[in-house]
Amino acid sequence: MSGDLLEKARAGDKRSTARLLTIVENDEPGAAAVLRALYPATGHAEIVGITGPPGGGKSTLVNRLAGAYRERAGKVAIVAVDPSSPFSGGAILGDRIRMRERFLDEGIFIRSMATRGHAGGLARASARVVNVLDALGTDVVLVETVGVGQEEVDVARVADTVCLVTVPGLGDDIQAIKAGVLEIADVLVVNKADRPGADETARDLAQMLSLAKDKPWKPPIVRTSAQTGEGVADLVGAIAKHRAWSRESGEYRERRQGAARAEVEELLREALLRKLEGRVGDGRLNAAVARVAERAIDPYAAVEELLGE
Amino acid sequence: MKRPIRVVMAKAGLDGHDRGVKVVARALRDAGMEVIYTGVHQTPEQVVETALQEDADAIGVSLLSGAHNFIFPRIAELMKQKGMDDVLLFGGGIIPEADIPGLARVGVERIFQPGASLDEITKYVREAVPKRRGIAAR
Repeated sequence: MSGDLLEKARAGDKRSTARLLTIVENDEPGAAAVLRALYPATGHAEIVGITGPPGGGKSTLVNRLAGAYRERAGKVAIVAVDPSSPFSGGAILGDRIRMRERFLDEGIFIRSMATRGHAGGLARASARVVNVLDALGTDVVLVETVGVGQEEVDVARVADTVCLVTVPGLGDDIQAIKAGVLEIADVLVVNKADRPGADETARDLAQMLSLAKDKPWKPPIVRTSAQTGEGVADLVGAIAKHRAWSRESGEYRERRQGAARAEVEELLREALLRKLEGRVGDGRLNAAVARVAERAIDPYAAVEELLGE
Repeated sequence: MKRPIRVVMAKAGLDGHDRGVKVVARALRDAGMEVIYTGVHQTPEQVVETALQEDADAIGVSLLSGAHNFIFPRIAELMKQKGMDDVLLFGGGIIPEADIPGLARVGVERIFQPGASLDEITKYVREAVPKRRGIAAR
């Protein structure tokens, strides 16, 4: 069945592409075969990550970027991630609301994903979804993370260039995100730059960057107003500059290597876990959990017992 | 194979009253579904294209404007054109009893009128989707 889908998707049929993405996202039977068939064709798309705190205008900016890229690229895809509820597992995927001008553009494909319990700012399957879109001839893939705080840095493994979108008025929060997310930014974006405080925010960022002089790439600071489109051309330029530098300096290859490692390790972990779960079985697991809850044994002992060590 | 049900919830036409659709979206979320919300003022083309790209299991359309006899048939027609026969189409809003059989004929499987409970809606989606898509929902 997936062979037929592959053929149609390669010919540009969007419904088949959508089905393939579902198979890969859910890790349905056939997912491995799909990725195996497509993997040799990956590596051609330019992958741009957009991350930043919630409400910073990421979706609106992605909408603008998609429009800008469409003026010169053939096919643009957007992978937009929103959080799943830790309680129900459900999700409201609302990034599309800001992208409605793009819905009927033949050259744009938008896919929303829920994190499904994954904590790195993307869904577990986001990298694979990007791979499928890349292999199907997409020129630019824009990957939008969930609204992030400090540690959600998965996007650095998926994207060639990461744009961190911040806004004026977060004040000390800028300082707070310094250690994590700011470090993975290749381009710093001060969005909503028409609002008061934009100059201060840009200055704070510049100051922060001046402390990291030894880094070979100095992230440019770009001011945008995603609402009006102001600064978007500058952002596209900054992304292109980073891409050129990355290719030339070897950073690009190093990152792809890192991404490949992360992908293999992730799959390995999942495969091992599945194997172990099969070996342990729900019954034994539940029994062990009950005993830990009663404090009859400690969690370490339970694990040792389950693994038969 | 268990996975969350994916539903596109949309407001179509010149109707900006989105309180109800948001309440339903939230209820579906709380029932463990992934709800793609498109916002207000969608054309039938936009709604169907969204469901297609998102590989949604169902499309729920909220209509309070009186345009249901135009918008629903148009959505159903587009779905048919694109081969989306396995995707559930349902709706809700101010829709007179007398119009419901006609909408059912063009493929709107279920219409929820004012007073419908959230439990009723989530239960319906949870049962109707696996039947139509042949999947096991989580």
